[in-house]
Amino acid sequence: MQLTLLCALVPLFPFIGFLVNGLGFRNIPNSAAGVISTASAVASFVVSVLLFSNFLSGGSQPFTAVLFDWVSVGGLKIQFSYLIDQLSLLMLMVVTGVGSLIHLYSMGYMHHDEGFGKFMAFLNLFMFSMLLLVMGSNYLIMFFGWEGVGLCSYLLIGFWNKNVSYGDAARKAFVMNRIGDLGFLIGIFLIINTFGSVEYQQVFPKAVELFKAGDSTVFWITFCLFIGAMGKSAQIPLYTWLPDAMAGPTPVSALIHAATMVTAGIYMVIRSNVLYTLAPDTLEIIAIVGLATALFAASIGLFQNDIKKVLAYSTVSQLGYMFLALGVMAYSSAMFHVMTHAFFKALLFLGAGSVIHAMGGEQDIRKMGGLQGHIKITFLTFLIGTIAISGIPPFAGFFSKDEILMHVYEHNKLLWALGVVGSMMTSFYMFRLLFLTFFGTFRGTKHQHEHLHESPLSMTVPLMVLAVLSVFGGALGLPEVFGFNHQLANFMSPLFEHSKTVNALVGAKSALPHSTEYALMFVSVMAVALSMTAAWVLFVKKANVPASDETLDGMTKVIYNKYYVDEIYQAAIVKPLYSLSEFCHSVAETAMDMLVESTGKLVNVAGNGFRQLQTGIVGYYVLAMVAGILLFAVFTLRSVLF
Amino acid sequence: MFTLTLLLIPVVTALLVLLLNGELVKKVALLGSLANLAIAVVAWWQFTPDSSVQFAASYDWLASAGIKFSVGMDGISLLLVLMTTLLVPVIVLSAQNHDYKNPSAFYALILFMETGLIGVFSAQDAVLFYFFWEVALIPVYFIAAVWGGEKRIKITFKFFVYTIFGSLFMLLALMYLYFQTEGTHSAALTDLYALQTKLSEAEQTWIFWGLFIAFAIKMPIFPFHTWQPDTYTESPTPATMLLSGIMLKMGIYGLMRWLLPIVPMAVDTWGTTAMILSIIGIIYGSIIALQQQDIKRLIAYSSFAHVGLMAAGIFSGTTEGLQGATIQMFAHGVNVVGLFLIVEAISSRIGTRELANLGGITQNTPNLTVMFLILLLGSVALPLTNGFVGEFMLLLGIFKYNLWYGIVSGLTIILGAAYMLRLFQGTMFGEQTKYTKAMTDLTLSEKIALFPLIAMVFWVGMYPATFLRVTEPALANLMTFLK
Repeated sequence: MQLTLLCALVPLFPFIGFLVNGLGFRNIPNSAAGVISTASAVASFVVSVLLFSNFLSGGSQPFTAVLFDWVSVGGLKIQFSYLIDQLSLLMLMVVTGVGSLIHLYSMGYMHHDEGFGKFMAFLNLFMFSMLLLVMGSNYLIMFFGWEGVGLCSYLLIGFWNKNVSYGDAARKAFVMNRIGDLGFLIGIFLIINTFGSVEYQQVFPKAVELFKAGDSTVFWITFCLFIGAMGKSAQIPLYTWLPDAMAGPTPVSALIHAATMVTAGIYMVIRSNVLYTLAPDTLEIIAIVGLATALFAASIGLFQNDIKKVLAYSTVSQLGYMFLALGVMAYSSAMFHVMTHAFFKALLFLGAGSVIHAMGGEQDIRKMGGLQGHIKITFLTFLIGTIAISGIPPFAGFFSKDEILMHVYEHNKLLWALGVVGSMMTSFYMFRLLFLTFFGTFRGTKHQHEHLHESPLSMTVPLMVLAVLSVFGGALGLPEVFGFNHQLANFMSPLFEHSKTVNALVGAKSALPHSTEYALMFVSVMAVALSMTAAWVLFVKKANVPASDETLDGMTKVIYNKYYVDEIYQAAIVKPLYSLSEFCHSVAETAMDMLVESTGKLVNVAGNGFRQLQTGIVGYYVLAMVAGILLFAVFTLRSVLF
Repeated sequence: MFTLTLLLIPVVTALLVLLLNGELVKKVALLGSLANLAIAVVAWWQFTPDSSVQFAASYDWLASAGIKFSVGMDGISLLLVLMTTLLVPVIVLSAQNHDYKNPSAFYALILFMETGLIGVFSAQDAVLFYFFWEVALIPVYFIAAVWGGEKRIKITFKFFVYTIFGSLFMLLALMYLYFQTEGTHSAALTDLYALQTKLSEAEQTWIFWGLFIAFAIKMPIFPFHTWQPDTYTESPTPATMLLSGIMLKMGIYGLMRWLLPIVPMAVDTWGTTAMILSIIGIIYGSIIALQQQDIKRLIAYSSFAHVGLMAAGIFSGTTEGLQGATIQMFAHGVNVVGLFLIVEAISSRIGTRELANLGGITQNTPNLTVMFLILLLGSVALPLTNGFVGEFMLLLGIFKYNLWYGIVSGLTIILGAAYMLRLFQGTMFGEQTKYTKAMTDLTLSEKIALFPLIAMVFWVGMYPATFLRVTEPALANLMTFLK
């Protein structure tokens, strides 16, 4: 009972924060609004830690907290309930931990904004939704959170709502997510039809019982759910909303569009690992989509000049790596990367926010340069983030990415080679970003130069905490090849009990000899170092600055314009839909209307008597009708009335 | 007795209102409708959640012909009556800011209509059902024709002829059924249900189409909808609210109560056709809504699309579909009345409803923005709002009936978000225009009118069990007639 209460409190705190700030934001002073909202996030984090320690001391038994019955219809009963197990606890740590830091950061970053209270309320609402998503004990509660985070994303991308293009970006994000959500919903329907329940703990054992690997039912279920993941986690072909989502305030990009919400798709696949293990074809699709996204987005990132856009494409690309890991059934490796990525990508975004703050709103790295002396903390922490994401040992990103690549190598060597190419691109665009921003000479205006200043403590403290996590986060999963015991994988292994009965490869130790593992590491580290050097030569030694937009040509121009995918979608889907809408409205509607009216006229012409009546006022008809009905009623009711 | 009281209070209030004038009219009309809401809430409280028809009253009407004045409510009826009594005071209150000429007639007609609507939802006799069906039509026709926009005469005439045309088919079908009953004949609902085994398939088919056309016009279902966008747009907003919030549910309710259980064999054969028409309506309405410039018309088309989904759920003949349609009727009533209220708040202040003239409204109107957003989220079926509960069950029901129908109907999730967010962005966001500069926030009476709707958005969305508990036994009973 007490445990149920604790579970209920985790999402409740941010929800209360949302209500207080949302209902009273015009009456609550900014300072109080910030404290209320951050405190509710921190409270949620503290309770999560309590739950975690409780879980460990209680023998790591999963626990379901049933709050109430939500709907029961035709034999299907859906509970509003939370599940506490290894996976939800890990996600809780990331969501509430990183979330709290970003709340704190926002207090500094957004303080002067007139909608500050509203902003903090939305952040709280987001936390609430995200917590529903990861804590729900069934697919429907997950879906509640799933759509809820989409709404918050919409509200926060379009936060500065006077700007029409921001509003468009917000709408695009929501609608594109909804395309995925329809897939997700159909997946849920299939689950209901197949298993008669949406509870994880009923569906998964039944799945192993009923199906063998490769069954088409499970394929369709997992495929539909994956469509949802493509939307939420920005995979090809539903990724184009994420770069546009950078229109939102930077803390939003850090929290929602990098560290937490976009990893929902990965969470969902890990949660449903039994189903996915039963569907090797879906896994193959996931691996290919993931890798394609990783490479495609990374290649776009190579040429972007907006500091946030680079990070956005980097996020899409890193999410691709996570899906690649899922595709080769390296579920715990994907989770490892979710966590390290949350640390360093949140760090990079918040760092970018600090840079933008210092530059007075400027986001174009061609107008930056030489910032390292002016904003030291931001520079150092950004440097750490860059090293971490590039996969340079012994920082966090190295361990998680290397683990993914190792599993991919075991699965398919070609995919591995492409993965290494992707990580070369990663380190190139990241160091390009770092060098152009912090090295060389300042290229902005004189006014900006005088204005340069380090951010306040509320912003730099989160940077420092995240930097520490980005350095040491790899300790969660130090590999066995170095003589360690992979803690994260061990912790998570009960999650894969059912999967293991389907496919022994899940969660198994790598069969590769240590020498091969060392060789793989060596290759990927060398590759990364090579592209880092290339970036150094280009942007520090030769001090190149990317050309202005107009002078681009050939392939560079195509890539800089994101392969014109947005334009293609516009021309292939949006335009035709609008034309169809136009057609239905002006042609089909008119035609149907004319048909109806001519039928009416025909009737009129046929009856000559009607024609004479028709010259009168319409009201007569009605009057006659009313009188008729009333007479009829009175006449017939006389037995009752009199 | 509750049913009779619910029918009488509006009539009595209406007659009283006709005798009054000035400000008192509005107050008395509001009080009367609130009293009716109070009765409905008490009835809800007293209701035993089983499948029986409760609070029944029955009197001989045409005794020799076996026709009775027989009313009563099971769970489905009760929910719709509750919806009606909740929405009428909201509609009355929303009209308070507006000075309609000859107000006593205006408010009296609204109240007369309330009786008609409650009668339709509670009638247990086919003749009485038909009687109330027409009674509900006449007041709204007058409201639209007298207080409507410029083109009101032509448009309301079309609306009137259209629906009367439908009613005739219904009358014929009901008459035919009546004459099939045993002995001196009876028009009681239960006696008509008993006919389902007696009627041949050909007979059922004719009756099916007769009733279907009447209901399809009322809702409307594609392609019987051409009266709807114009009528919704040209009518004064209270009439639009009555039409879209409550009156169209007469058609949906009709399908559930007076069509499916009476001619199940024909439903087996022709249900798919009806379902396809409904699904075409979902997509067709949504696609048209994507490009509408007039915000009232945009919501009219969205309502058309939503109704299609409910009808499709009903024709799926699944418990999920029927339960979904029932709860969605309630949710849709709440959302669409709220949305039209917002539209009226905007257009009455600044004199235009064209999206091109709107934008940036949120800068002056924090309250309106929040309430608009909540209602909008309800109507795009975001989880934890009222729209989701119904839409989830409806889509599940359709999906169980046929996978592809389910997927196509599901497109409403995407299209709904697209047109509704376009509406929201176009009105609320962006820079202010010369029209919207002068926009002011909601008045107290508007806020009070919207508040119960907002509360319902969350109540139904978060804890639907309150409502499902009441309708579930009645629907289970209904299901026994379907197979």
